[in-house]
Amino acid sequence: MRSSAFFILSMLVLAAAPFIADNYVVRLCTFLCMYAALALSWNFIGGYAGYPSFATAGFFGLGAYAGALTQNLGFWLPLPWLFATVVVALFAAGLGFAILRMKGHYFAIGSISIVEILRLLASSWAQLTGGGDGLNVRILPGGPDYAGRVFLYSMMAVMIAAFITMLCVDRSRLGFGLRCIKQNEDAADMIGIDVTSYKTAAFTLSAMYCGTIGAIYASWVAYIDPSDAFSILLTLKVPVMTLLGGPGTVYGPILGAWVFVLLEEMIWAKFLEYNRAILGAVIVLLIFALPGGLLRMQWRRKWPSSVFGLPGLNRLKESR
Amino acid sequence: MNAQPILEVKGLSRAFGGVKAVNDVSFALHRGEIVGLIGPNGAGKTTLVNLITGVVPPSSGSVLFDGQDVTYQRPWQAARRGLARTFQIVQPFPEMTVLENVAAGALFAGRAANRADAEAQALEHLAFVGLAQDAHRPAAALPLPGRKRLELAKSLAMRPKVLLLDEVNAGLNSGEVDQALDLMRRIAAQGITILIIEHLMKVVLTLSQRVLVLHQGRLISSGDPASVVQDPQVVEAYLGSKFAERQRRMTANG
Ligand SMILES: Nc1ncnc2c1ncn2[C@@H]1O[C@H](COP(=O)(O)OP(=O)(O)O)[C@@H](O)[C@H]1O
Ligand SMILES: [Mg+2]
Repeated sequence: MRSSAFFILSMLVLAAAPFIADNYVVRLCTFLCMYAALALSWNFIGGYAGYPSFATAGFFGLGAYAGALTQNLGFWLPLPWLFATVVVALFAAGLGFAILRMKGHYFAIGSISIVEILRLLASSWAQLTGGGDGLNVRILPGGPDYAGRVFLYSMMAVMIAAFITMLCVDRSRLGFGLRCIKQNEDAADMIGIDVTSYKTAAFTLSAMYCGTIGAIYASWVAYIDPSDAFSILLTLKVPVMTLLGGPGTVYGPILGAWVFVLLEEMIWAKFLEYNRAILGAVIVLLIFALPGGLLRMQWRRKWPSSVFGLPGLNRLKESR
Repeated sequence: MNAQPILEVKGLSRAFGGVKAVNDVSFALHRGEIVGLIGPNGAGKTTLVNLITGVVPPSSGSVLFDGQDVTYQRPWQAARRGLARTFQIVQPFPEMTVLENVAAGALFAGRAANRADAEAQALEHLAFVGLAQDAHRPAAALPLPGRKRLELAKSLAMRPKVLLLDEVNAGLNSGEVDQALDLMRRIAAQGITILIIEHLMKVVLTLSQRVLVLHQGRLISSGDPASVVQDPQVVEAYLGSKFAERQRRMTANG
């Protein structure tokens, strides 16, 4: 209950940002929505199915290029974004059958190599993508304030779509089956779960919205190049966000993404010299200190207070 | 009773490297039968169950279920068809509750329409195996006898036509075995065909109508329990002469 109230409140604050804050804050809010959507996406494969995917930047970059290229052909927004979503979903569904045979570390390595292969492809297919010189994307007319709003609300819409999808999956057969697969894949197979299809569904869901986000990002920054679109840092950051917040929970990825982005922003501003090292150390500490993520820590804290604290207080009152 | 066997295995073989774990095995299970499968460790019993349920594909041979060729089915397909098995080494979903474990069986292979329905059915199966009071504990918290029962409840929730029980009694004390025996009788009374792999001859002899003996991957004997335990090949390969002697005296006395 508290989580959903907090969620709705924070959505209202994000939506109000353009009216009450400057462009810097609006930009930061856009990033909050973008990373939350990516972390929610990762949760399908990493949090529910338990497959440590590092393919996020592959889907993001593919979406960015698919969107940018169609946008440059002259299609109206949001058509290129929808096109990118479909392309990435199909790509992931096809790839899933091959790559999801691998498990554990092998899967992790296999998934990260997708990012590398796609990046090489984008760099070398210069005729289409502009190669290492990058690709300029048509700028949205209407001025920076208007564009800022469009991209904030678009990112927010994808985040909310990813969140609603997650809620649906969490309560459905698919979510239950994925949780079984995470805990014991052989046993899941044995009780009638079509594990290949379930894992492919999770992988496709984890990719789809990354494609949309990548395309929106390309339109937003109006210029992409292979190392920005297929960034190894992004592919590592997103799983960390979900782990930080609470993998396999519906609010965890959002919380983790926001804490991460805000920490990053603070540390960036304060420590110009060693910002990456400090950020890395903070994240490692947080993950080691909270193996179940921030959300589960709250639960653990709640237990003693509700089991011992409150009834104890009540009894005290009664005895008076 | 239907004359067509519910499960038929024809010339099934499987080699691992050079070892023929299962070698040209053929047999049939008829509806409502309880058949015992015995043999020394490493005889190929678990591999045979794995072949039948699609966990490992056979090198040659075929499996027919209800008249249909299911040789290269996947395990989840076997489960949905009504071919359930328990694992020799129990395989719960450790972080889920006991109830959720059983509900998963009912939802994905059984006849449950949705999760609420699956949990309602799961409660009945838990009561049947005597685990109702543990329904909301995490599966990992159950002691071994409880986990064995959980494994059974999960298989029952799948509404199987054929149940393959791989050493469900291993590691239980004699009181627990008696309870398990009673449980298996009640399962059989529901009309489920059972293939039971078992080391305790007491269990095999009291439950089975027919016994199959596997040795080094080959089916070396089959028939009614009384004649199988006297088969010289079975005595030599598995039971040992002392057992046969005692058995002869018991039948002579009783
Ligand atoms: N997956 C496997 N890979 C290699 N060898 C195996 C495998 N499964 C079983 N075996 C071998 O097959 C033989 C039969 O094993 P198993 O079916 O477990 O026997 P049982 O259940 O009768 O004790 C053994 O020699 C075992 O080592
Ligand atoms: Mg065995």
